[in-house]
Order: sequence, then structure tokens, then C-alpha cells
Amino acid sequence: MKYESQKIAYAYFAVAMALFAIQVIGGLLAGFIYVFPNFLSELLPFNIVRMLHTNSLIVWLILGFFGAAYFLIPEEAEREIHSPKLAYLQLIILVVGTLGVVVTYVFNLFEGNWLLGKEGREFLEQPKWVKMGIVVAALIFLYNVSMTVLKGKKTAITNILLLGLWGLALLFLFAFYNPGNLSLDKQYWWYVVHLWVEGVWELIMASILAYLMLKLTGVDREVVEKWLYVIVAAALFSGILGTGHHYYWIGTPAYWQWIGSIFSSLEVIPFFAMMAFAFVMVWKGRRDHPNKAALLWSLGCATLAFFGAGVWGFLHTLHGVNYYTHGTQITAAHGHLAFYGAYVCLNLAIFSYAMPILKNRDPYNQVLNMGSFWLMTSGMVFMTFVLTFGGTVQTHMQRVVGDYFMDVQDQIAIFYWMRLGSGVVVVLGALLFIYSIWVPRKEVVEPGPIERDRLESDPDHVAAES
Amino acid sequence: MREVMTKSMARNIFYGGSLFFILIFLALSAHSHLYIVNSENSAKLDESVVRGKHVWEKHACINCHTIMGEGAYYAPEVANVMTRWGVLDDPESAFEALKGWMEAQPTGIPGRRQMPNFNLSDEEIRDLANFLIWTDNIDAQGWPPNEAG
Repeated sequence: MKYESQKIAYAYFAVAMALFAIQVIGGLLAGFIYVFPNFLSELLPFNIVRMLHTNSLIVWLILGFFGAAYFLIPEEAEREIHSPKLAYLQLIILVVGTLGVVVTYVFNLFEGNWLLGKEGREFLEQPKWVKMGIVVAALIFLYNVSMTVLKGKKTAITNILLLGLWGLALLFLFAFYNPGNLSLDKQYWWYVVHLWVEGVWELIMASILAYLMLKLTGVDREVVEKWLYVIVAAALFSGILGTGHHYYWIGTPAYWQWIGSIFSSLEVIPFFAMMAFAFVMVWKGRRDHPNKAALLWSLGCATLAFFGAGVWGFLHTLHGVNYYTHGTQITAAHGHLAFYGAYVCLNLAIFSYAMPILKNRDPYNQVLNMGSFWLMTSGMVFMTFVLTFGGTVQTHMQRVVGDYFMDVQDQIAIFYWMRLGSGVVVVLGALLFIYSIWVPRKEVVEPGPIERDRLESDPDHVAAES
Repeated sequence: MREVMTKSMARNIFYGGSLFFILIFLALSAHSHLYIVNSENSAKLDESVVRGKHVWEKHACINCHTIMGEGAYYAPEVANVMTRWGVLDDPESAFEALKGWMEAQPTGIPGRRQMPNFNLSDEEIRDLANFLIWTDNIDAQGWPPNEAG
């Protein structure tokens, strides 16, 4: 760790990982309720469980982004963060807001209150006071990192990262606009939801991935940054008008069917480019970085984002297909693998890379960490497959044949059982990841001759002690 | 790639192109906004519908149901529920049907998905029914494909 203020990331990552645990356990509970629908049905109904699952996901991913920014900006800008105090204040605001959200949802407090009660738009359910807190926290953050970058060295990585984070904060303002007209509501709701995950978050993802590639492979910065601009150009050129694929059936004009189909199909390109970028950088690599776990997560991120966001997104994005699949388990399948590949893996990659540095030691528990990658990834891929199969059957029975929703759900129960099983695997993987990050131990597998030789002769590379 | 494009070219393409697409998107957004506001159905948007939307929101209905295909996928689509119940053209029957449904929850039947009882007043149920009728009448380009939703 070159700069003292990079330490801020440690606190952000800690809170992010705690919420990650809550998120996957909430998901497991929701998957359990799918097969045992009477479980907790009066105490903690499904809608509350699902809000906890989705909201904690969003918050921990964003906390991870903030942490990543605090970690990499000092190195890129070559100076300390403008004000570490403000950074911790920002974290406190976000933690208070998060606790407020959990208590409000679980105990169903202040229902209907304009300021204190939960708001009922999907993913934006946070009470208004929490939303305001998020805006204040975001402003503090943007001020803090922008000042740091303005006074320091400007690189393409920080430019794109800041652009993404500014976009994230500005687009969030649409969360406050909730017109009484449902069609209008949806039109602007997507300004937050779509333009986040298929717009500005891709800028954040590409820049963090570029940083990781720079560090892990040692490839020339010029090459990395040129790729970065090409990738983010592809992301925004396709993603902005790609918003149209959410405007097919909400009361907007029919021209969105063509614009949405064409541009959202092109959204595959930036994800393919990110995958190509990651592998080409490793191929051209000049450095044998000891943190193999971080490299695995980075490559896994690029690959799974391509499949989850790219391929599974394309699967149901053409309006002729979406007419039948819209709002079925196909959407759920895509949502799970896209978020996992693009944003969960990205965060776990930067955690894996940064945590040993923040703890001021060599990479440790890499075998366990890599094991957690394969556990989580196989669980999530299996989940995506079974939901896709279930969704295909659902689409046919419900949308083509016209059978009623609940009858169809009973028919596809087998897929929900398999989803629950894969969910157990994902949770085990997540807990193993958190253990491997927080409890440093000796590697569980003896290193082979090459790694052993490096341990003995490379002064930068010392074994992790228990 | 070095021969084809320099970093500053890539950067300029990114900024210029993004601005171009943002402008197109904003223009189309403005057009869609006006299209929605001037639609026949929007003229029928009254206070009861807006109150009904708020009932829908404050109980987080969207985290089980979908509405126009968006939401959770745990419970049936509600944007066409009034068509499914055959009460789209009859607000009084829609109210009765919805009241009967809401008050029967939760069923407590083992192995069935459970909907909570939200203890809605008659006024709230009427608003909610009006909201669902209004939503059902949105011109959604023919979606959903059938009344199963």
C-alpha cells in the first residue's frame, strides 16, 4: 500500500462483505419459500424477503465500487485522498441508511409515510429519508474523489471511473420522480435501473477491470487505456438507446421495438470486448503476479458477464421474443447471471486483489479463494440453467398455450427445487470467500516447484504465515 | 490496434459518440413523454387512480407480482387482472371482486403461495381497483399475449 488513505477501502469492503452475506442468505430464504410457500408467510412475507435480497445486493455492490475508488484513485492520481474524514462520514451515513432500510422493511414500520415509509417501486423501495442520505453520501464521495483527481494525475482509468460514478449519482435523482401515471413512472424508473446497470455501471466495471489488468499483467498503460476507451464507447453507444428494450410494453410508442431490439443486441459487443481484453492482456502480460485468485476473479468476471449480461440478455431482447418471455423466469435467469458475472465477480476481484495489500501481507488463502470462485460460479451457472429451462416451459404454457400462472408454477416446481440446491452451493461459496479473505492462513495445498522457487528466490513474494 | 487508432482518437470517439447518442435518446424520450401524456388513457387518470397506485406501492406489491411484466415473478401479472376477471368495463364489479379476493387472504392452504392480508379499507380497495382498471387500459402494444398474463 503506497498511500495511507487507501486504507479507507478496508472499511468499505468490510461493510460490503457483511451485506453480501445478508444478500445471499436472503436469496436462499426466498428460494426456500418458493418450494415451502407457507414458511414464514405471516412473519416475513416473500415481498419483504425479496426486497432485502435485491436492496442489499445493490448497496453492497455500490459500497464495493466506492471502496474500489478509494483504493485505486490514490495510486492513479499519485496523491492521498482529499479528506479521509469525509470518506468515513460518507460510510457512516450509508451504514445508518442501510440499517434504517432493514428495520423499516422487516418490522414494516411507517407504512405509507412519505418520508419514513418504504416506497413501492422495485429496487427503489428505500424510504425517502434513506434516498436523501444516499444523495448526500454520493455528493460527499464525488466531492472527495473529484478533488483528489483534480489535484493529482489524471489517467483514463480515473476519468472513466469518475464519469461512471458521477453518472450513477446523477441518474439516481430520477428515483425521486414518481409520477402518478404508471407509464411515465416506468419510463423514468428505467433511467435509474437500465442506465445504471447497462450504462454507467459498465464504465465503472471497465475501469476497475482495466486497473486490475494493469496491475496483474503489467501490460503497458497506453494499451490498456486505449482498450478501455473502445470498450466504454461500445457500452454507451449500444446501452443508451438499448434502454428501448424496456420500452416495448409499457405504453410508449412502437418505434422502441426496433430501436430497442437493434441497440440492445449490440450491448453484447462491450461485454465481448471486455472478455477479449482480459484474455489478451494476460497473453501479452509482462508480469507473473503472485495473486492468482484476483486474476481468476477478473477473468471470471469478464467471461461470466459476457454470458450473463451479453448472451442471456440477447436471449430475450428481440421484441418478437420478449413479447412471450417478458416477466417470466427467463428474466430471473438473466438477472442472476448478469449481476453475478458483471458486478459481483468484479467486486470480489478487487477485494481479492486489495485485501492482502490492505492487510499489508502477501496473497493468502488463494486455494480457498479460488475454490470459492468455482463453488459460487458453478452454483450460479446451474441456477441460471434451471431458471432458463423453467422459464422456457413457463413461457410456452403461460404465454403460448394460455394456462394460468399458478397452474404453470406448479408444473415447473422441479426447477425451483434445483434452484434451491444451487442456491445452497452459492451461499457456501460466498461464506468460504468471506472466510478466505478475513482469516489469513497458510495455503491448504502445498505449492509446486515453480511457486516454491518463487517463494525462495523472489524477494517480493513471501509465503503467507498463519 | 496501435496502427489503427491512437488513444486520443479512441477517447474522442467515446466522448463525441456518447454525446450524440445521449442527444438522440433525450429527443426520443421527450417524444415518448408527450406521447404518454397525450394518450387517450392518460386523460382518464384521476385522483382515485393515483391513490390506488400509492396503495400498490406502499404495500410493496411489486415484490411478489409483476405489473406490465415488471416486478417479482412469484405471483400473477396484475396489469390485465381485470380482463382476466371479466370486470374491466364494470368498476363496481371490479371493486367487489377485488374486495372478495383481498379479504380471503391469506388462504393458509398448505403448499400454496401465501398473500398477506393488508387490511385495506373499502376506499383503498376501490382506488386500487380503479388503478388496475386504468393500467389494464394502457395501450401496451398488445402485451400480454393472452389473458393468463
